[in-house]
Amino acid sequence: MDWFYELWPKLGEAFRGWLESALPDSIEGWVIYLVLGLLSMLVIVNLPIVGVMAMIYMERRLLGRFQNRLGPNRVGPFGILQPVADAIKIMTKEDIVPNGVDRIVFNIAPIVMLTPILLMFAVIPYGGDTFLTNLNVGILFIVAITAVDTIAIFMAGWSSNNKYALFGAMRAVAQLVSYEIPLLIAILGVVVITGTMNLNEIVAHQSSLPLILFQPLGFVIFFVAISAELNRSPFDLLEADSEIIAGFHTEYSGMKFGMFQLAEFAALMGYSAVIATLYLSGWEGPGLPGYLWLFVKVFFIFGIFVWTRATLPRLRIDQVMALAWKFLLPLSFLNVAITAVEVVVWENGLPEWLIPVNIVIGAGLVAIMHRGLNFQGQTRQVVPSGPERLAAINRPVGGGTE
Amino acid sequence: MVKTNGDAKLTLKTEEVMVNIGPQHPSTHGVFRMRVTFDGEVVTELEPIFGYLHRGSEKLAEERTYTQVITLTDRLDYLASMSNNLAYVLAAEKLAGIQPPERAMYIRVIMAELMRIASHCMGLGFFINDLGALATPLMYMFREREKILDLFELVCGARITFSYMRIGGVSGDLPEEFMPALVKFINEMPGYIDEYEALLRENEILISRTKDIAILTAEKAINASVTGPMLRASGVPWDLRKSDPYEVYDRFDFDIPVGSTGDTYDRFLVRLEEMRESVLIVKQAMEQIPSGPFRALAPALIHPPVGEAYAHVEAPKGELGFYLVSDNSIAPYRCKIRAPSFINLTVLRDLIIGWKLADLVVIFGSFDINMGEVDR
Repeated sequence: MDWFYELWPKLGEAFRGWLESALPDSIEGWVIYLVLGLLSMLVIVNLPIVGVMAMIYMERRLLGRFQNRLGPNRVGPFGILQPVADAIKIMTKEDIVPNGVDRIVFNIAPIVMLTPILLMFAVIPYGGDTFLTNLNVGILFIVAITAVDTIAIFMAGWSSNNKYALFGAMRAVAQLVSYEIPLLIAILGVVVITGTMNLNEIVAHQSSLPLILFQPLGFVIFFVAISAELNRSPFDLLEADSEIIAGFHTEYSGMKFGMFQLAEFAALMGYSAVIATLYLSGWEGPGLPGYLWLFVKVFFIFGIFVWTRATLPRLRIDQVMALAWKFLLPLSFLNVAITAVEVVVWENGLPEWLIPVNIVIGAGLVAIMHRGLNFQGQTRQVVPSGPERLAAINRPVGGGTE
Repeated sequence: MVKTNGDAKLTLKTEEVMVNIGPQHPSTHGVFRMRVTFDGEVVTELEPIFGYLHRGSEKLAEERTYTQVITLTDRLDYLASMSNNLAYVLAAEKLAGIQPPERAMYIRVIMAELMRIASHCMGLGFFINDLGALATPLMYMFREREKILDLFELVCGARITFSYMRIGGVSGDLPEEFMPALVKFINEMPGYIDEYEALLRENEILISRTKDIAILTAEKAINASVTGPMLRASGVPWDLRKSDPYEVYDRFDFDIPVGSTGDTYDRFLVRLEEMRESVLIVKQAMEQIPSGPFRALAPALIHPPVGEAYAHVEAPKGELGFYLVSDNSIAPYRCKIRAPSFINLTVLRDLIIGWKLADLVVIFGSFDINMGEVDR
């Protein structure tokens, strides 16, 4: 069973042994290192691509169930080959470049969009010894590299020579830049507790209790901010289909469009893994090996994203901005301040009785700030239908029910 | 020190953007087109452009016999064909002086109210869809509409273009299976409406997106002759079923839901409540429906005496009126349709200007228009 728990390091070791024996002795050590490195990169790059196919299937099936319909179930057993069919379709589709676009920027934008997302998977720990690089500023690297996506979205929107795309790009810049701030400051809470930005060490710190228990408020802020960063409902303004058709990728077709979709879902997967790593103790878990635990958590978080998407209507751009600046940003500062005080007071690790206290503090702060946001305005009953009226309407009528 | 000119200011050159929303756009409910000028995200000018679905129904009616015109009315508001049928046959009966039997009138009322539920289901569902709720409420509302269409299929075999009503009655009596099926549906429906309400009414995002948005005052609504749920949301209790009862509506006990401010949220709630009232009307009609003939004895080709008649009904979208002129031939000399969707659009520009792009689609969705009726 050992190989099952240590699958990827063992595979790497086995391959290195095979390479060393198969290649002549005159080959220097760095060549083997290079080959191994390239191979690991291949695995890491293909991981999000395969994962995205699973996520697309999962999203479509789950949405189908949420919406009282079946979802794709024709291609393969239970429709599991549907993402394959989608991929084939999108790759063989005609790649249309409309007149009047800025060709260079138009063609580069999907690449700029996808590349940082793939880089993100390099630093995520999939198990005790399973990671590509052990970067000491891992979480900072992830946030910094994915921020490049804002530029890619603006490039796509601006170069498309389409007004809807331009609207999407304008919204993207405003929204994504705004939400990056509460996102980073929410992460600071975790960094203050663990004292490191290294994702491996952050996971190691959570081997007994996941950090969500000590950082409930930080988790909520992070989750909301990341929904906005990933253009998920209710913040999917960049590609609000009922308003601006498809937003920044309105004019894209074929594989370029596919790359935008791929980047979007891969970012979702990557950030779900980041949420799992920061707050839900990453790959740690009983029974299953680390890499499987991580994906269980990733798909659980993804399920929550699908759920919100199926349920909530969309916010307006000014409400989205107000939420970022008036609600999340002060809350995230308060979160960091409270966390810092706690860390200073209990130097040798936070006591467990802080968990309920933190949850109460977080809920209280959210309630207070929510009142300040004044989202709802005054409540009033517009069309009253009293209990007698409802009773009259709901009264069953007789005759031949069976 | 650099000498600066006091008047010189850093000015960014800004420009208004003109966007064609429609005729092919996900939330223009068909082939409606708006030429909108935006200042950033804010709408500064809006010009509605109609006619992409014009089929000349009024002119075609002059070349058809009175019975054949019923099939044209199906295609006006294709989400509420029964109401269109009803309005037309009422006008034709008035013109020819034919009195339909009691049972026919009850059947028509049941059909019209079921149609109202189905139409409001679609109106609300697409309205929520415009808000960005990714079709989930819409799909649930489709579920109920499907059941209503099954009921209609039982009585007339068609699911969209019914042509069920005839001058002097309906085309066929209710089949045996119909009443049990209707009882089952009408007992379930209030539960479904509660379900929509639980999901939507207190939804904070929905409230913040609709409350106090695009207020239509009662005065402006009356001046623009807006009718239907839009008028009632503005606080005017004007419903033709009460204010000018046709068929047997005066025998039922039901309320007219009215809004208080006339904002988008009120328009949403009025439709939700109207579905409840429709359920109530159908329940009473089911209990009161007499037996007897379902159709008056009228010739297949009627030659109404020279004259004119106007009949209107409270269709799901508002006051639907048919004005018929007869020259004693087998076809109407003139057929004018007062389409509520079209006339409600009068206030579109006034309501939308000053709101944002995201509000535009929501406000437009709250009108619940149907292009088949707007362009006729």
